[in-house]
Formats: sequence, structure tokens, C-alpha cells
Amino acid sequence: MPEIRVTPLGAGQDVGRSCILVSIAGKNVMLDCGMHMGFNDDRRFPDFSYITRNGRLTDFLDCVIISHFHLDHCGALPYFSEMVGYDGPIYMTHPTQAICPILLEDYRKIAVDKKGEANFFTSQMIKDCMKKVVAVHLHQTVQVDDELEIKAYYAGHVLGAAMFQIKVGSESVVYTGDYNMTPDRHLGAAWIDKCRPNLLITESTYATTIRDSKRCRERDFLKKVHEAVEHGGKVLIPVFALGRAQELCILLETFWERMNLKAPIYFSTGLTEKANHYYKLFITWTNQKIRKTFVQRNMFEFKHIKAFDRAFADNPGPMVVFATPGMLHAGQSLQIFRKWAGNEKNMVIMPGYCVQGTVGHKILSGQRKLEMEGRQVLEVKMQVEYMSFSAHADAKGIMQLVGQAEPESVLLVHGEAKKMEFLKQKIEQEFRVNCYMPANGETVTLPTSPSIPVGISLGLLKREMAQGLLPDAKKPRLLHGTLIMKDSNFRLVSSEQALKELGLAEHQLRFTCRVHLHDPRKEQETAMRVYSHLKSVLKDHCVQHLPDGSVTVESILIQAAAHSEDPGTKVLLVSWTYQDEELGSYLTSLLKKGLPQAPS
Amino acid sequence: MAAHLKKRVYEEFTKVVQQQQEEIATKKLRLTKPSKSAALHIDLCKATSPADALQYLLQFARKPVEAESVEGVVRILLEHYYKENDPSVRLKIASLLGLLSKTAGFSPDCIMDDAINILQNEKSHQVLAQLLDTLLAIGTKLPENQAIQMRLVDVACKHLTDTSHGVRNKCLQLLGNLGSLEKSVTKDGEGLAVRDVQKIIGDYFSDQDPRVRTAAIKAMLQLHERGLKLHQTIYNQACKLLSDDYEQVRSAAVQLIWVVSQLYPESIVPIPSSNEEIRLVDDAFGKICHMVSDGSWVVRVQAAKLLGSMEQVSSHFLEQTLDKKLMSDLRRKRTAHERAKELYSSGEFSSGRKWGDDAPKEEIDTGSVNLIESGACGAFVHGLEDEMYEVRIAAVEALCMLAQSSPSFAEKCLDFLVDMFNDEIEEVRLQSIHTMRKISNNITLREDQLDTVLAVLEDSSRDIREALHELLCCTNVSTKEGIHLALVELLKNLTKYPTDRDSIWKCLKFLGSRHPTLVLPLVPELLSTHPFFDTAEPDMDDPAYIAVLVLIFNAAKTCPTMPALFSDHTFRHYAYLRDSLSHLVPALRLPGRKLVSSAVSPSIAPHEDPSHQFLQQSLERVYSLQHLDPQGTQELLELTIRDLQRLGELQSELAGVADFSATYLRCQLLLIKALQEKLWNVAAPLYLKQSDLASAAAKQIMEETYKMEFMYSGVENKQVVIIHHMRLQAKALQLIVTARTTRGVDPLFGMCEKFLQEVDFFQRCFITDLPHLQDSFVDKLLDLMPRLMTSKPVEVVKILQTMLRQSTFLHLPLPEQIHKASATIIEPAGESDNPLRFTSGLVVALDVDATLEHVQDPQSTVKVQVLYPDGQAQMIHPKPADFRNPGPGRHRLITQVYLSHTAWTEPCQVEVRLLLAYNSNSRIPKSPWIEGGEVSPQLETSIEGTIPFSKSVKVYIMPKPARR
Repeated sequence: MPEIRVTPLGAGQDVGRSCILVSIAGKNVMLDCGMHMGFNDDRRFPDFSYITRNGRLTDFLDCVIISHFHLDHCGALPYFSEMVGYDGPIYMTHPTQAICPILLEDYRKIAVDKKGEANFFTSQMIKDCMKKVVAVHLHQTVQVDDELEIKAYYAGHVLGAAMFQIKVGSESVVYTGDYNMTPDRHLGAAWIDKCRPNLLITESTYATTIRDSKRCRERDFLKKVHEAVEHGGKVLIPVFALGRAQELCILLETFWERMNLKAPIYFSTGLTEKANHYYKLFITWTNQKIRKTFVQRNMFEFKHIKAFDRAFADNPGPMVVFATPGMLHAGQSLQIFRKWAGNEKNMVIMPGYCVQGTVGHKILSGQRKLEMEGRQVLEVKMQVEYMSFSAHADAKGIMQLVGQAEPESVLLVHGEAKKMEFLKQKIEQEFRVNCYMPANGETVTLPTSPSIPVGISLGLLKREMAQGLLPDAKKPRLLHGTLIMKDSNFRLVSSEQALKELGLAEHQLRFTCRVHLHDPRKEQETAMRVYSHLKSVLKDHCVQHLPDGSVTVESILIQAAAHSEDPGTKVLLVSWTYQDEELGSYLTSLLKKGLPQAPS
Repeated sequence: MAAHLKKRVYEEFTKVVQQQQEEIATKKLRLTKPSKSAALHIDLCKATSPADALQYLLQFARKPVEAESVEGVVRILLEHYYKENDPSVRLKIASLLGLLSKTAGFSPDCIMDDAINILQNEKSHQVLAQLLDTLLAIGTKLPENQAIQMRLVDVACKHLTDTSHGVRNKCLQLLGNLGSLEKSVTKDGEGLAVRDVQKIIGDYFSDQDPRVRTAAIKAMLQLHERGLKLHQTIYNQACKLLSDDYEQVRSAAVQLIWVVSQLYPESIVPIPSSNEEIRLVDDAFGKICHMVSDGSWVVRVQAAKLLGSMEQVSSHFLEQTLDKKLMSDLRRKRTAHERAKELYSSGEFSSGRKWGDDAPKEEIDTGSVNLIESGACGAFVHGLEDEMYEVRIAAVEALCMLAQSSPSFAEKCLDFLVDMFNDEIEEVRLQSIHTMRKISNNITLREDQLDTVLAVLEDSSRDIREALHELLCCTNVSTKEGIHLALVELLKNLTKYPTDRDSIWKCLKFLGSRHPTLVLPLVPELLSTHPFFDTAEPDMDDPAYIAVLVLIFNAAKTCPTMPALFSDHTFRHYAYLRDSLSHLVPALRLPGRKLVSSAVSPSIAPHEDPSHQFLQQSLERVYSLQHLDPQGTQELLELTIRDLQRLGELQSELAGVADFSATYLRCQLLLIKALQEKLWNVAAPLYLKQSDLASAAAKQIMEETYKMEFMYSGVENKQVVIIHHMRLQAKALQLIVTARTTRGVDPLFGMCEKFLQEVDFFQRCFITDLPHLQDSFVDKLLDLMPRLMTSKPVEVVKILQTMLRQSTFLHLPLPEQIHKASATIIEPAGESDNPLRFTSGLVVALDVDATLEHVQDPQSTVKVQVLYPDGQAQMIHPKPADFRNPGPGRHRLITQVYLSHTAWTEPCQVEVRLLLAYNSNSRIPKSPWIEGGEVSPQLETSIEGTIPFSKSVKVYIMPKPARR
């Protein structure tokens, strides 16, 4: 029985270190290769020893696919390919290929230079790893080998994020990675055609949430910033360098443009400048508005947003500053925050979730006095705002995507178990398809019934067409032919041709049957009666009375003979070939019922 | 001649003429028929290969064929068709047959038999499809012939089983276009069984080819368009097609469902998987709503558009479209809109500073959450958030249409519309503002909504701001805080964009008159009056102060208690504003002290107000006193002109009339002055120098007449006559002056000739109006015309001179509505000290933004002129697309002007101004004498002269020498 097996090494009922193994029709594919933010030991990378204990990974995996550049989807890649050892192809989209190494390098720097970890991958390893990458375009079908093919679909979420369809023969799996079904200021919405895969592996971060319209969120954000700036306050927006930061930049930039505002906006980090460069380049991956207007002006060439310098923080007058990191736990954003916290005109806007223990979390939960290092107490007088900007699909969006792709079954990853449970139930209820949610290391086996293509010879097809009515898509048709299986392909040919091809002689197979008939008359007369009876019953068939006294119906021969013992009984000998089995058996049953009484 | 006369006699009784025409027609036919078809025949016979034949056919198809020779050509084509083996040639012939049968005046029934004949023997699918197309052309040409239609439908049905999708497509098209409308028409006696066209087409809804499915739906829609009532059973079939794999099928199916829902809105359909039943229109509405979240944006646009026209839908279904249940971690959450509403009703302002502000409230029962709503839920929420702006615009339009028909829905959709004001695409923003304006009589804005609306006032696009002002003009505001907020924001807008002044004043005028009771409590604050202290008198020229006063005075019109709150200077300011901005400040009945204004009782109709009377009287005075001595006349004219000009400044609605009359009077004054010159009394050669005044006067009169003719909208023919008459006088004056000042007679010959031509021209153009011009210059001139024609130039001049002196002052009748064209250049503002630097020899683009008022046909008349410091002038013709029409009589020009010059040593200013191009010849075709076509089109479009009609703006530029 053919089957699809899926084993999450990471992201099974969990968020972080996405890594999912899929075996489909004998091909093994690894989807994403991420790290976990919550751990600093071995658990931060997926357990690759699950794949093979001692053999080389390359022998076991046909390809690796990376959905987008977030570290929880690609962070373990250099470790996996260079340290564990994998030489096969790694597929990702062009923007991912461009931005991924920047983030990996950043990650490496923090781990090695700041935390002083040993046995971590090196810059060279990142470079070597990236050499194994094969970049794909949207909707481009890439043949990994003769049978395995993959295709990327647009996923929104971040620049270059893609959903991948993995297909072998008629079996296919779609992996969504992270995606967003509502467009935002710089990216469009995820889209997939009705590809009807056997399995859809979807993220489920917001499995139990239905979000409000993005317009309200944007409006609130802009209004808050605008008000603060108008009153001469300084606005601090702590962000992570990539993804949401660009969206917020565009939002503010267009707003400044529209409203003719003059207050300066600064962006604090060098990393972002490099990434912004790629945003400028990959215009085709952005949303309609940016794509349409980039001829006049590339939206990522910010007019109002300038690079930040440490000294600017003390400048008088209003300003808006984007600073990293996003949770206010260290770095520049914290520095600026300390400087500005004392003034109630100022404002800090947290655009995303904050982990417990960070300054961001503390101020969001209403704490107004913060203990800093060195026993200092910082009194927070500035306004603290929270805005949720997140680029994952909500429950409705996930359902919408499932509806668009029409899969045979769904598998949930990248989410919390409790929430998945709800979504699973909903999916099963509304689409009537199976839904799975394996934990890490748990394998889901999915039996499939792949359709097997069979070639039919034109001659046979035409002959059958000529016989019957027009082909009707909804009704199955009976067709006589010979199935030849040769070199793993199937052909349906006429029996004569099959015999010829295989060099076999034709065997005639005849069935004979005796029917006893009570009839005192002569054999000829009996034959005559049989003839007239059949003639009247079988109106569509050619019934003939041959001169030698026998009766033929098509190619079936009926002979009447006197019974050797009982002259009052006549024996009808019915003989037919194998091909006429249907008609032959019908005739015998007809004759066994006896002849109608002669009108005499 | 005699024969001719005789014939004419016959004509009157027997009408031979018609016969004669027929004869001519037949003659023509004989001449052309053989040539055309014969040439084709020869060509086709010559052709050795199919490629050759195809070439000949292609060549042939380039030329049109006359209706008479069509049949011959068709015969030859058919003949060739039978012989031809190559399908591509047959295809071309088939398509030619179709084209030919469309020829006007040709009845194609004769070739139908042949076409059907060849159809039966044809094997190639492509040719078959083309032949069916031809049959379709024939069939549509003969809509009355039932028998032919029946036959064609039969043919189509026969070929419906073809294996090629193209043929099936065409068959369905044929059925859709020709399928019989009424069954009763066909007689039972005939062998043709009445086919149920709908059923046949409906069967192909499940064809295996998506193109055929689409064609089937289209055919069905075609049937509907032709007036055939579709069966309700189609509804279920169409619903199935909504989940088709192909977008074109889905798109067409959405249309079909819409059509059926409009046909049977009230019939009841069951809801699958439950026992309930709902109205068909509701069900269809739900289904179309579902398509708003389709995968293909083409379908989404289609669905969103159609939603707008489903007005019979029940209100609770309609309101569902705006409903989206939010939840977070399985707990019910309120939408931002609901929160805003609650805050508003609890009377508190949003703190918005807590993280948990939007914290989810109650738990939701997991079973009850329906993630994929069957039905209308949230359709517009999705549509308005769509990725493609086409969908968003369609959704906004649909919202508008539905809201117009349902006030309760209008109230509900307000939040969403307001949100659209922040869309990233300007077009969408503009559209939603317009939509809001259209439904504004159904709605009242809450304070928080008003807040969002007003935030848009800072938009840098003038279009958006103006649209918003228009919106505010007709909005209902619920609280006095709302009014205050609006006023504050508008004033902020005023300081930021001073050019919006008029628009803002107008907006406040309506805002005040709509909400008198809300303005009342605000008055002390707005006027900053104090119960005990006198406050400083505000500056009367401050536009912001005027804006506040406009609001208050308009509110005071219907709120008699308000003037009690005014301080002394307010009354003075009222009097001043009532004079200077009378269109914005209404007449108020002020208590006691303002008797003058209260004397203007409402019993006097507006058109009889004193300023108009004054205008009339002063003009009357001038016209009646024409026989006064020259000195008196001159003084009176000067006085009147001054009065009129002043009046025009004060009363903007009379400005057009006043200016127009003043200009005319000035012309007259100039003429009189010129004729008073001593020049005339002295011998010619002596006064060479002093003739300057007279010739300058003549020139100026000419200019003024052109202005009168082309710068005012609403000028009628009777004014044009007077204007032309004045111009003729000026020309006469010019001629006389030249005659006086030049020695020798030779140049005079030409001038006289020209002048006489002008007179002739005048006569031809305005012959109908001549009776009104009795006793005038022209009247006398025309009397003497035969004499003038024959006399010498010197004599002509003499006659003219006397006549000019005797000529009377013509009364200029005032038109009903007259407006002077005016233009204001908003951009460039001309205040920049930074020169525009560019490399010499290259161009620099200068954005020009101007508003035009009362310009007729600005696309062809308005030009931009750039004057360089070296005296070089350049005229730029803006593209027609650069003009926008924001309101009646108003236009807006937004264009780019390209400047270029050789290198300068230092920056210098160029002048930019707008010109009104005119061409007096373009008026001629209007007169009944000259038939159109005599004046060459070139003449009509050419520019005879230009009138500058805007203030010029100086732009600082600096062409730098190119660096090597």
C-alpha cells in the first residue's frame, strides 16, 4: 500500500525549530531546518540523528526546502549541512537566498562573539552552506530528479516567503511554511491554486484567533504616533530588524508623505540597511501598490526615514525612532528608552509580543518603576502603547487556504497543541477531511491511492469509440483489451496486438452446454422452433437458421439432436467462444426455461 | 430649358424623381459588380498553392465591397470553397463569408443554404467553428425570419456533440443569440420540434472543457439579455459551477446567479443540510458574498460589483456582510469598532494606553464557532481588505449602492467606510469619500468617526481635501464637540494649506447652517468673548477668523437667540463681511440696531436685490443719456465703469455681468475719446505724432472685444453681434487713422478691400440680427455698400469717418447667466528663492497646478505660456487628460511644463501664465448660412489669438552650463 509518512523533528505541536520530514512515494524531503529561540543547548537544533545514526544524510534525503528566512525556519541550516554533513540540494526562493546568510551571520555573531559559545558554525560554513542552495522562482516547477518535483507559491508573511508543493507522480504534499492571508503594507496575501494535494501541512500559530481588520490597527498606530509627534514628543518603536520593521516603515513613510509631516524618522541599525537593499531589489515579491508605483519611486527608498546616530537621541523636538531589538531587553532600543522614559510627552510603541522578563513585558504589564542594573530605579513616565502587528494567518485565513487548496487531509504544525485541537476539530467538521497534529518525533502515516496512468492504443480507443456512444465523464465504460506491464509502464492494447507483441499464438476457448428439452418432434422442427423463439426474443441480434439444421446467434452455435435414450427429449447443444460469454450464458438460461408452447 | 420646365411640372404630380434615382442605382450596379468579383475570380484561379490563394484573399479582405456586388463575390468564394483542399484557405473563405454577410444593405438569406450545405460536408473543426460564426452573423442579420432562426438552431444542436471545444463554443453562442424566444410562435404543423433551448444549453454546464462551460453560461446570459425568461431550475446548476476549477467559469456563474436572483427574488429555496428555507435572493446573496473571498481576483471584482445591485436582499443578511466575530484564544473579542462605540456611549475618551485594552472577554463555546460561514458573513470586511485595489474599489461602490437603499445599513457600514479613508491608494480613498458623501443624508457621524474623517484633512492631495470639504458640507454631526473638532481641524487645514481657503469657508457655511443648535453653545468660546472683560478685536483679514464668523453667521440665520451673544465688533464685522463675502454670509435679522440689514425683507426675491437693481439702473442711465454732449457722456461713462467694477468686486455673483458691461462701456468710451481727437480737424500730414492715441484706442478696443467674446461663458448670439459690431467700428477707426497718417494711396487699396470684406462677412454672419441694429454704424454702412464698393479709397475713408461720428451707441442686452473665465495658478507658488537648477540643453519639468473657472472646453482653449527673460515666449498645449472636472463650471489643470534654455550666468525668473486661445472663425459654422464643411478643419482648430487670463507666476530657474 503506498503511503505518505510525515515526521516533525521540530514544530510539532510547538513553535520554533521547524523541521519536518516527509516521505512520499519513496522520496524523502526535509521541510525547513530551523533553530529554537527558547533553548541554548542541543535542543535548539532538530535531532538530525533521527534520520540516520551512522550513514550520510545525503543518502537519505533527496532535498531540503526552506520556506523563508526567519531563523526558526533556517537557523540550523549551516549546522545541518556543514557540521552534520549534507551535500544534496537545498531549495529556497531568491529573496530568501539573499537575506538568509545575513541573518545567519548575525545569529552566529551573537552566539559566538557575545555569548562565547564554542563548537558553533563559522562564517565559512555559512558560505559553504549557501553554495548548496538552488534558488527557485514563484510558480516554477523544479525537477529535483526524474520523479520528484517542487513548486513554490506566494505566502506573504515576509519577503520571499513561499509555500511549496512537493509532487511525485500523482501524489503531492503542500507545505505552507508561515503565511499570511491578509495583505499588509508591503506584502500581498498568500495564494494557492486548487492543486488538491494528498496532504496539506499548514502552520497554525493563530489557530484560535480571528483578527480584527488591519485598518483599525494601522489607524490606531498612526494616530498614536501622529498625536505624540504633534505634541512635541519623541516616539520609540522597538522592532526586530526584518519583516515587521519594513511594514511599519512604509506605513509611517506614506503617512508622513500624505500628511506632509516634517518630524524626522530614524532607523537605528546597520543590518536593516543591508536588508532594505534587498527589499528594494525584490519588488516583484511585494504587494500591488509597491509594484505599481516603483517606476515613479521605489517605496523602500525612504524619503523621510534616515539612519540613526547615537547623538540624535538628545536632539530637541519631536522624532520617531525605530530601534532594535524588539523586546527592549538590550542594545540600542533599551538605551534610547532609558533616555526618554522620564518625559510624559514621549511614547514607546511595542509592535509585537514580548517574552516574560524583558523590559518590554514589564512596561506592558503596567510596571512604572523599573530596576535597572546598578540598583538604579528608572521611573517610566512616557506613554506605553501596544500594537499587534503579526503576519500569520488567523483561524479564518487557515480555513480559507484549506478551502482554496482542497487537500485530502491536513496536518497541523507550528502551533500550540491546545489550540491545534480546536482547529483540527473545525477542519474535520467543515471540510470532512482527516486532520493530524503529530508531536515532535511522532510519525503520521497516510495511505494513498495514487492513480496509475495507463496508455491506451489509439486503434483500440477508436474501435471502442465507434462501437459505443459518446464518452460520458460520469459513467464508467466496459472495454475489452489486454493490459501489458512492461518496464514499469502500463499499456492497454487490443488482444490481437498483445498476442503479436508477445509472440503468442491465440488459444480458442469454447464453452459447450447441453440443454435438455422436452419435445417429441423431429430435430429439424425443434431447431425451427428454437430459431423462431430466439428470433422473437433477441431482436437486436442476428439469428440465422443454417441449412444443416443448426441455429446461430451471432457466433453461437445451437444444434438440436435426439436424446439417445429418450426420443421425446431433444438435446440442444449450445457452444460459444470465450468472447461471447455474456450472450452465451444468457442464451442457455433462456433455453433452459423451455420453449413457449407452439401455437400449433 | 423648356424640357426642363416641363419635367418640373410632371414632377409635382407624379414624382418621377424616384424612378430616375433607381435607374442610376442599377447602372452603378452593373458597372461595379463584374469588376470586383471577376478580379477575385481571376486571382483565385491564378493561385497555384494554398498560400497564394490565402494571400489573394487577405488582399481582397482589405478593401470594402459594395452591397450590390456582395452576392457575386459570395458565389465566387463558395465555388472556390468547394474546390479547395487546404483548411486554412477554407477558414479564410468562411470568415470572409461572415464579413460579407454583415455588409449593410445586403440580405444574406440567399447564401444561408450554401453555408449550411458546406457545413455538413466540412471535416476540419476550425473551419466548422468559423462557418458557425458565419451562420451567427447571418442569423443576427435576419432577426425577423423565424424559419431561418429555427433552422440555424437545428444546425447548432446537431453540431453540439462535436469533439472540438471551438465548435461547441460557437454552437452555444449561436443558440444563445438565436434560440427562439417564444415557443408559441412555431406552428405545430411544421416538422420542426420546438426545442427547449435552455435545457440544451444547460446540459453543457457540465461539459468537460471549461471554455465550453463558460460559453454555455454566456449563452444563457445572452438569452436573458434578449428577453427570454430563464427557468428557476438553472439556479441550482449555476450554484454548482461556483466551485468550478476555472476562474472564467466562476466569474460567469456569479453573473448568472445574479440574473436568476433578480428574476425570482421571492421564491423559496431550501438550505442544504437543514430543513430551513430562505428566499432565493438571500441565498444568492450569500453565495455571491462567498465569492468575494475567491482565489481569483477577477471573480472577486465581479462578485463585489454585483453585490451592490442586490437591493431586495433582507436586511439581516445585508448586515451580516459587515459582521466578523473576533476571538483570541477561543475567547470572544470585541472589534475595535465596537470598542470605540462603547467608549463613546460611556462618555469617556479612549485611554488606549493599557495593554489589555483589547483583552478578550467571555469564553466561546468551541462548537458554535463557524469559521467558514455559509453566507454573507464578513463579505465586505474581506472585500475592503483585499489585496487588489480593484476589488476594494468595487467593494466600496457596492457598499455605496446598498447603503443608499438602506439607511440602517448605511449607519452600520460607516465604520468601514471611515476606515477606507486611510487606504494606501489615493483612488480608493477618494472613492470612499465620495461614497460617504452620497450616503450622507442617511447617517450621523459619531465623534470618534469624525476624528478619523478629519484626520484626512491633512492629506497632501488637494483632490482628497476638497472631496472631504464637500463631504463635510453635507454631513450630520451629533455633538457640539464634533462641530468644535471639525472647526479646529479645518482651521489647522487652513494654516497648512492656505490655498484651500474658499473651499473651507464654503464648507463652514454649510456646517453652520446645518447645525445651528450645536453651534450656539460654542459661540462665546469661538468668539472668545468674556462676560466681564472686553477682549481684543480680532484681525478682520485673518482667514481663520473669517472662517469662524462664517460658521457662526450661518448658524445664526436659523437661531435668533445667537446674535445676543455677539459683541459690538462682531456686528461691525458682520456688516463688512455681508458686503465683501455676500455669497458666504446670509442676511441676518439682527436685533434693533441693524435696521439697514433688517430692511432687506425676505419678501424681495433674491434676483431683485438692490445690487442687481443698481446695476440695471446705472446701465439704463448710460443708454438713455447717449445724446448728451461728448464731455458729459465721457464723464458718465467713466463714472459708470468705475461703479460697475466696484460692484463686481463686491458681489461675486454679479461680477460676470458687471465686468462684461464695464468692458463694453470702456470700448465705447475709447471710441468716443478717439473721435474727439483734434486729429480729425486738422489737415492730415500735420498730426503724425498725435495719431498714436487714436490707433492705440483702436487696438485696445479690438483686444477688449476679443475678451468679451471669448472670456465669458454664457454669451449669446445677440451679444456676439454687438461685440462684432464694436470690433467693426474699431477696424473702421483703424482704417481712417491709417489713411490720415500715411502718405500715398497704394496701401489703402488693400486695407479698404479688406475692410469691405469684413463688412460683407459681418452681414453674412448676422443677417438675422440686422433688424436689431437699426440706426447703427453697420446699418448705415450697409445702406451705402454699393457706393462704397465702387468708390476710391479716399472717398471710402471720408464716408466712414462721417458715419463713425454719427453712429449711435448700441444697447448691449445682458445675458441671463454670464461668468468671466478666470484662472488661478496654485502651483508653482512663485515664492521659492531656490532656483530650479538644470543642465542647459536638457529639460526640467515644472509642475503646474491651476484651477479654472467658467472655461468652456478647456481641453482645446487653455494653454500655458512661459516667458523667458530674453523675451522668448513659449506656448505649451496641455494634454486633454491633464484637465479634471471637479464640479460644474470648474476645471482643474494639473500638468507638467518642460523648460529648457541655453546656459545662463546667474539664476533668473521666467514667467508662467495661462492663456485662453481663441479663434473667431470657429463661431462661423454656427450661423445658418454657411454649411459645415466649407470651413476647413484646419482653420477651425488653429489659434487666432490668445488672451492671458491668469496672473503670471514667476519661477526662479538656473540653466547651468553642461559639464564636460
